[in-house]
Amino acid sequence: MLANLYIASYQLHSTLDFKEVLQIILEIVINLIGAEEFGVLLLDEKTNRLEPVASEGLETSELPSIDVGKGIIGESVENGENYFIDSMEGYERDFEKPIVCIPLKIKEHVIGVIAIYKLLVQKDEFTNVDYELFTLLAGHAATAVFSSRMYSDSERKLSTIQGFIDLLTK
Amino acid sequence: MRQLIVFALKRIRGFQISEANDGVDGLKKLSADKYDLILTDINMPIMDGLKLVSMVRNDPNYKETPIIVITTEGAIEDRERALALGANEYITKPIQTMKILETVKKLMSV
Repeated sequence: MLANLYIASYQLHSTLDFKEVLQIILEIVINLIGAEEFGVLLLDEKTNRLEPVASEGLETSELPSIDVGKGIIGESVENGENYFIDSMEGYERDFEKPIVCIPLKIKEHVIGVIAIYKLLVQKDEFTNVDYELFTLLAGHAATAVFSSRMYSDSERKLSTIQGFIDLLTK
Repeated sequence: MRQLIVFALKRIRGFQISEANDGVDGLKKLSADKYDLILTDINMPIMDGLKLVSMVRNDPNYKETPIIVITTEGAIEDRERALALGANEYITKPIQTMKILETVKKLMSV
């Protein structure tokens, strides 16, 4: 269990590249949790909607945007609480009703959510290590996403400012 | 899978790792250098892992080299096929890092 948590945590903080961070989140959810279909949605604070940014097992474009507070995913983000379906028996993929929702939180500020729609066929149930990974993802993935976005924004602004400076000094 | 497993093998066990993007790339690397153990997924672009296992076992330089398949494919038939083609171990996801490290250690000490 510790080894899984260690490598997940280490990898999440190993890069400031936003796309790489998303890729690492996908890898953790596929390889360490055993999810086959899931999505990562991030909060657009201007619209207060969750927008899909990455997915596995389905096209990101298939995932709907979701209003905070609406439906299972929206409510999970609003209250910052993990959601687990009561029973997976007879479950069929429903974008309105995932198996699991893990809000990505920095302290109590939710920046996004991981929504899982299907597990690998050999994955019957969640184990203690899965719950520990969910807790880790909720915090560490959120921090990694936030940091990488801040870094990317600052790099872009720096590039713009440098462009202006070059223009003025020519 | 790659990033997590490679990191675990390098950081926790100190192995030297060479990564390939797909089966064809893997075969190129295998012919260019000598390796003590091969880890492969099944679902890879260009050449899948089962084809890779089969081709590796036909290479006299790698007849005895341990091969571990790590995959999402959980069906018993997939496992049996991989082992019949020459894989030594077949591990399904989700993975337990320590299990993979112990399996690598076991196969490399034989």
